[in-house]
Amino acid sequence: MKKFALFIGCNIPAKVEQYETSARAVLKKLDIDIVDIKAFNCCGYPLKNTDQTAWLLSSARNIALAEQKGFEILTLCKCCFGSLKKANAVLNEDNNIKLEINKILEKEGLQYQGNSSISHYLSILHDDITIEDLNKKTIDHYNDLNIATHYGCHALRPSEIMKFDDPVSPTLFDNLVEVTGAKSIEWPSKLDCCGAPVLGINNDLSYDLTEKKLSNAKKAGADFICVACPWCYMQFDKIQGQIALKRSSEYNLPSILYTQLLGLRLGIGQKELGIQIPGNSDNEQVKQAFSKLFDTKEKKVKKKKTKKKTIKKKVEKKETQTSE
Amino acid sequence: MTFDLLFYSSLILLAVGMVVKITQWFSYRIGIQTQNSTFSQRLGSSLKAIPGVIFSPKIGIILKVFILDVLLQYRILKEDILRWVMHMLIFWGFILLFFMHALETVVSDAILPGYFSTVNPYMFLRDFFGCMVLIGIAIAICRRLFLKVPRLSTNKCDVYAIFIVTTIIFSGIFLEGAKIISYTDFQNMEQDYSALEYKEDIFALEAYWVKHYGLVSPNIKGEISQEILSAGEELHNESCLDCHTKPQAAFTGYAVSRIMEPVGGLLDRMGFVTFLYYFHILACFIGLALLPFTKMLHIITTPVSLITGAIMQRDKSDPLNIATRQLIELDACVHCNTCSKTCSQASACDIKNNINILPSERMLSLRQYFKTNDLGSSQFMAIQEGIYLCSNCDRCTVVCPAGINLKELWYDVREDFIRSGEIITPLVLSPFSYNRTYNQDDFNATLSDMPARHAKGIIASKYKKKARSEEPLSLTDTDTEFNASKDHSLAEDTFSYCFSCENCTNVCPVVLNYEKPEEAVDLLPHQIMRSLGLGLKDLVLGSNMLWDCVTCYQCQEHCPQNVKVTDILYELKNEVAKDCFYSQKE
Repeated sequence: MKKFALFIGCNIPAKVEQYETSARAVLKKLDIDIVDIKAFNCCGYPLKNTDQTAWLLSSARNIALAEQKGFEILTLCKCCFGSLKKANAVLNEDNNIKLEINKILEKEGLQYQGNSSISHYLSILHDDITIEDLNKKTIDHYNDLNIATHYGCHALRPSEIMKFDDPVSPTLFDNLVEVTGAKSIEWPSKLDCCGAPVLGINNDLSYDLTEKKLSNAKKAGADFICVACPWCYMQFDKIQGQIALKRSSEYNLPSILYTQLLGLRLGIGQKELGIQIPGNSDNEQVKQAFSKLFDTKEKKVKKKKTKKKTIKKKVEKKETQTSE
Repeated sequence: MTFDLLFYSSLILLAVGMVVKITQWFSYRIGIQTQNSTFSQRLGSSLKAIPGVIFSPKIGIILKVFILDVLLQYRILKEDILRWVMHMLIFWGFILLFFMHALETVVSDAILPGYFSTVNPYMFLRDFFGCMVLIGIAIAICRRLFLKVPRLSTNKCDVYAIFIVTTIIFSGIFLEGAKIISYTDFQNMEQDYSALEYKEDIFALEAYWVKHYGLVSPNIKGEISQEILSAGEELHNESCLDCHTKPQAAFTGYAVSRIMEPVGGLLDRMGFVTFLYYFHILACFIGLALLPFTKMLHIITTPVSLITGAIMQRDKSDPLNIATRQLIELDACVHCNTCSKTCSQASACDIKNNINILPSERMLSLRQYFKTNDLGSSQFMAIQEGIYLCSNCDRCTVVCPAGINLKELWYDVREDFIRSGEIITPLVLSPFSYNRTYNQDDFNATLSDMPARHAKGIIASKYKKKARSEEPLSLTDTDTEFNASKDHSLAEDTFSYCFSCENCTNVCPVVLNYEKPEEAVDLLPHQIMRSLGLGLKDLVLGSNMLWDCVTCYQCQEHCPQNVKVTDILYELKNEVAKDCFYSQKE
């Protein structure tokens, strides 16, 4: 088994702590060992707009730290994932920048080589643990839960570098959601941006993009919008609240982290996963959505088998695609 | 007499210094919520809050913090064991010396049974405490000089702190050593405590002290007979033994006395003891008098910061008191660099060449800023950049051993720095701005993207805006140098493959968001690619599309010609940031 260093980034410890706790709980349940590298710094993503060299240095330092200890980086955030992986590609393509960056890293006794792999949490679940194994480990299924998956831009694109999934019709996240027995609904703008990258730069635009996604997911009958990135989560969570206040357009579509969605079906406690049921919400839809999280049924063995086959096919298909 | 004069002058200076400091804490303006508060309002609201804390369950928190974080310094232990050992040695050594030795007439005489500074265990303990401080100081110097602690830098405040403590302790040890060998001191003691009448008796006692107490006497030379020594011992037992332990117990002072022994007589005749005595007390009094204006003030401010940090809450405490606390916190920072070591953005400092990116260095600049309120535009710009180049991961706040709520300090001071003045950092046009909108309710920012609008205004004024739609574009003032002169990256060169199929524009979620996208974003993505080919520099760099781009990479993914559209937009943004903003420094 590969050895992973967990890369939690900047937003999670400060604003989405439950993502870290739930992600760790799930990994523990699945017997995956991870280490923490305390010296990790920001992936550099926010620096890209104004100074790409500073971004490359930030990313390279993290990769160098992981390489020094012989670990692969496992990110929780899609933007950290995108930023680190893109930096990897740029540095491997441009030797001059690589030399310049290594000159700075040398002062700390670090060296960027570019051999270490960077994976997102979802890829590890899907490709290393596999849907089959996850299926075995779930204790039961959601009875009736409709989930709108939000893929997150920086994991999918540019696909030639990210190699996360098919950029036009990805299935990875949907497969992972369906393993819990929930239904991954089809909905428009599923692959679009959540709006987070321009919040603070152009709030109206950011709110517009978030609103559009919320409205589309709601119309398609989602109980939850499911994410695996702190930026997207913050956008659909707290920023949804801001939109409701400022624009008086309420969607009442709660968001859930994938680690929480899966964790519940692996038998991990609600508290450990950091799932907070909004107590003072008088909105029936929100209440109903959360109650559905605890409405479960037994796994159907027969159905599972057929499902497995199709999933297997999909995985194979994907493999042939990437090998091409 | 001289002692009293020096002592009281230093106390007066200390009092004056503290009054100045306290006035600063209650009158300087910090953050946006306290812009118009006065000294009396601030002092009033603090005094009002104090009884509410003392007579509430919060007193339990205060006690816990005082024991764990102030006395046992648990927060340092969590981060760095060596530093904890160092600080505990210095802190406890110095505190115990202060109470047992410096305040002996007040504290030791009153509470310690049979206290005499020349009797064990006190004689030994004094040296032991001094030795603790010295070991601590040695670790501190080693950490700064030899151990390569990441991001640890040393400034003159750090040097002063180490210097003053070292001077006080070393002068004390040398004073003790000089006293051990001093013949003058022996004579004084002999007159005070034994008053022997016969010269032979004095000689015998002297001989005994030379042999066993390290005395250097001009009268005793060569071997001394056993007879005289036993006579001396008898006299010693009669008048000295009860209140004078052998000086070997004072192990550091005794060691120094052995070094000075060969020139002991000379030193004594020169009045070395008196000299060292004044040197020692002067060092102590200087340290005392300068306390409010040096790093040593942290012995007061850091416990205050630890305690107030534990009991105050942003949503419940009076904003005026938060402002006062933040000013005390600026003085509670000891420049230990724990925050910079853990800072998520520290590596940007290596590229940007701006030490204000490191939180510990920024604290020093801010202290300066609030004192003078005008540091010149380049320093203002540097602090602004440093404080904005923060991904708000809160790691500094979690680790700060002084319990400073750095997170909130950055929130508030950042607002000060972006709202005042014309100068603005291009970083407001980056995801670093996210946090301000995310937390906008915390600092009642109604228009949290205002700084970004301001920056866009600067960009617009620098580059000529696109001529309105009906007018044909003029190609006469194109900048042919624009493309030729630049050091092109691999990505940027790909714009030339564009054949204007408009796929990029058709998949762009930003374009799709507007009914009349040209009005909102100036240039559509495919137009940017074409304009680059035509050398329409102002048009491209002045375009709002650059900053409205959500970097979702849809355009790049869907380009049939493999134009790296998003990457090109990133590079153009970098160019605008450099071109439009950093030039303001000059």
